Amino acid sequence: MEPVNVKMDELDLRVSIGSLKLQNPVMTASGTFGYAREFESYVHLQRLGALVVKGISLEPRAGNPPPRIFETACGMLNAIGLENVGVDRFISEKMPYLSTLGVPVIVNILGDSVEEYRQLAERLAEAPGVAAIEVNISCPNVKKGGVAFGTDPQMAATVTNAVKEGCQLPVIVKLSPNVTDVTLVARAVEEAGADAVSLINTLIGMAIDLKSRRPRLANVIGGLSGPAIKPVALRMVYQVAQAVSIPIIGIGGIASAEDAMEFMLAGACAVQVGTASFVNPRACEDVLDGMATYVREQKLESVRDLIGALRIG
Amino acid sequence: MSQFQQNVELIQSEVIAAGIVRMTLNAPDIAAAAIPGQFVMVQTAPGLDPLLRRPFSIHQVSSEGFLQILFKVVGRGTERLAQCRAGEQLSLLGPLGNGFVLGESDHACLVGGGMGIAPMLFLASRLLQKSHEGVRPRVVLGARNHEELVPLMGDFLDVGIEVLAATDDGSFGHYGLVTDVLKTLNLTSQSTVYSCGPRPMMAAIHHLCQKKNIPCQVSVETVMACGMGACLGCAVPLKAGGYAHACSDGPVFEARELLWSL
Repeated sequence: MEPVNVKMDELDLRVSIGSLKLQNPVMTASGTFGYAREFESYVHLQRLGALVVKGISLEPRAGNPPPRIFETACGMLNAIGLENVGVDRFISEKMPYLSTLGVPVIVNILGDSVEEYRQLAERLAEAPGVAAIEVNISCPNVKKGGVAFGTDPQMAATVTNAVKEGCQLPVIVKLSPNVTDVTLVARAVEEAGADAVSLINTLIGMAIDLKSRRPRLANVIGGLSGPAIKPVALRMVYQVAQAVSIPIIGIGGIASAEDAMEFMLAGACAVQVGTASFVNPRACEDVLDGMATYVREQKLESVRDLIGALRIG
Repeated sequence: MSQFQQNVELIQSEVIAAGIVRMTLNAPDIAAAAIPGQFVMVQTAPGLDPLLRRPFSIHQVSSEGFLQILFKVVGRGTERLAQCRAGEQLSLLGPLGNGFVLGESDHACLVGGGMGIAPMLFLASRLLQKSHEGVRPRVVLGARNHEELVPLMGDFLDVGIEVLAATDDGSFGHYGLVTDVLKTLNLTSQSTVYSCGPRPMMAAIHHLCQKKNIPCQVSVETVMACGMGACLGCAVPLKAGGYAHACSDGPVFEARELLWSL
């Protein structure tokens, strides 16, 4: 692993997500960083702002049949099918290692029903070392005919409420971009008690193989991620920043410090690095180093000076 | 387990047949840590498009720290990679995955088809180092035709390993499948078959080995985004149900553990 060669000591990179204090704004995005240990050969994990781990459900999930991924222009589609080890194995097998890193661990949760989300929150509240919960509301609500929780403000609020009732931890709701007006869902979860929102989750997309006339993914449709979605993500973060007063975590195609700081100008107080980690396992640390260098060179008092500092007009 | 993310120099890029490229890279750390059956992820071009790295089996390593990969130009990524010239830097991740489990080398039989020949050279060299005096692993290689197969045989012959060949068009060696050749070798349950190639070929080898109770390891190829167990994109269906991941559980598996009848 490369040695750390960017001096951070004298810089103020700290940010807060509600009651959650971070040493810097750079996190990993759920589903792109495994359970962190996969990256220990490449990244000084203890330097990151927070680790957001692969989405966890009550029961283990096997995931979708292959093909599960397909590369598109400056991006990729995935239909992994939320494969994960389940909350029990997560707590017994993954948390002990994560707890040793000295970095806040944010656990992404997903469920088929409001009750499952509540139970997950309760289970994780008992687990030592969990700093916050990120709620994936892009999952279909089985009891409501499979409509995604995140596309209906009322359902999104109900899930948020349930998670807040289930635990005392800070709750971050991860918003779906697959809606007409993202601010409606953002406002609804804020009113329901969310401590922060993170956005965006993947955009639903599709790819077809002309030769075989078949979809490229066994699941037919999948989530688009990577640099291709950055402009959409940036726009949505900007819109949500005008609509809510809780902290925003920016996600979507961030591959460099410049990308990350654009999200902060649009109103995000922290960011998550996702698909870029697949290409460059060091991506999150590179983003952090680039941000530190910028803060020093621009002589900013704090990285927080960037938050919402977009100049319009 | 040592893994590296490094920029390495491309020493040589050879077009050894139409659309087939062999690259030699100066990657001492990765070469020293690698075992046969492992792979590297290569960034095919700078910038964001093509976005993802491409996985390649390690074809050969040298004590001087060189590492070779072998690939066929099949899409945008490999097209861009084939355009790289000696002296350029390429970003590599590796060595990744779990390699072949080397058994009693005196009874080894290696079967490579098409680009699946790539890991077989590395494996053959390692088995040769382990073997008792003069006993050579048996190697069966298959390709579409003479043109694609012959340039890849030289390296095996150089280390003193005889190659049994099969081609789809009969232009070199046996006219037909590698499994036809395999059947003539009188393999027993004391043998170990190591295989890499197109899925139908590996399925046929698996069925043949299963009938005769011969241990068989296969190296599978799938699309993958990260190569290190993070994206979970490289799912491989298991006989017992559920999925393994080609990058972190494989790419080498015991053939009997996989689901072959999809």
